[in-house]
Amino acid sequence: MNRLRLFLWGLVAACLALFGLFAYQLSQPKDEFIQSAMVGKTIPQFDLRPAIEGLPGLSSADLADGRPKLVNVFASWCIPCRVEAPQLDALQRGGAEIVAIAIRDRPEDLAQFFATYGNPFSAVGADDVSAVQLSIGSSGVPETFVVDGQGVIRYQHIGEIRPEHVPLLQAKLQEAGA
Amino acid sequence: MRRVAILALALAVAAPLAMPVLGQDSLPPAPYAYTELPDPAQEAQALHLMQTIRCLTCQSQSVADSDAQMAGDMRHLIRTRIAAGETPDQVRDWLVERYGDYISYEPTVSAITWPLFAGPVVLVLLGAVILYGRLGRRRRQAGEGGQ
Repeated sequence: MNRLRLFLWGLVAACLALFGLFAYQLSQPKDEFIQSAMVGKTIPQFDLRPAIEGLPGLSSADLADGRPKLVNVFASWCIPCRVEAPQLDALQRGGAEIVAIAIRDRPEDLAQFFATYGNPFSAVGADDVSAVQLSIGSSGVPETFVVDGQGVIRYQHIGEIRPEHVPLLQAKLQEAGA
Repeated sequence: MRRVAILALALAVAAPLAMPVLGQDSLPPAPYAYTELPDPAQEAQALHLMQTIRCLTCQSQSVADSDAQMAGDMRHLIRTRIAAGETPDQVRDWLVERYGDYISYEPTVSAITWPLFAGPVVLVLLGAVILYGRLGRRRRQAGEGGQ
């Protein structure tokens, strides 16, 4: 009889532990971000044509030229991309080299976007079917990757860069050897 | 005069509808986003794979069910890779390598998920053992009572 009682109390404890786990998980903020599994790996080979006249396109070889860079995945039709424009500008003025992958974009829309929000990029590649975006594990716009001089992805920032994120990205660039 | 006023009102109401939807790109869908592969066998393989890959921007749909731009681009990627001779498993592995298990819209047995699959089996077995024990005891008691 004693063993049965112990067993029943064990059941109660197990149920309480389960409900405790539910309560804890439900109280945690939902993580909507899908992290790229490519962080720490070499960026896959690609070669994108220029997205806009006057600026070069972007290839994986450009990302292995010895200098760490920020790779901004963006689009002129993406609203949060407008929000992060001043921060990209600040990063660029602070010495960061920023290149971009324009997702499903048109040259005339990009020209208008740059005229309105400024252009911090030294190169913009056109990714018309999101092929490069999918190959680096990016799941939306905007996202910003820190890529070191050997073309290895060192860090991924998901969503728009807000002012408080600028020092972190600068630190990640430093870590990558800038 | 009144007719003009009505026309003006109608225009005022309709004008915002004619504006491009913000947050949407204006490029046409990728070639194989909505076009089936010419080879029916390959299309069947691709379609089956699409139904097991999660849409990244909608999250609770497979890429086969979603009209999101990115889902269209993922269907294009899947179809072109299948058409190029890759097996569905190779394409699936390629995606998992980039997005982790999250991308799979089909439950798979892994180091974390195996209790979900083993749990019900264990519970059914446990139930059978308890039932057997109880019934056996009752039968014995009935047998003793009959003596």
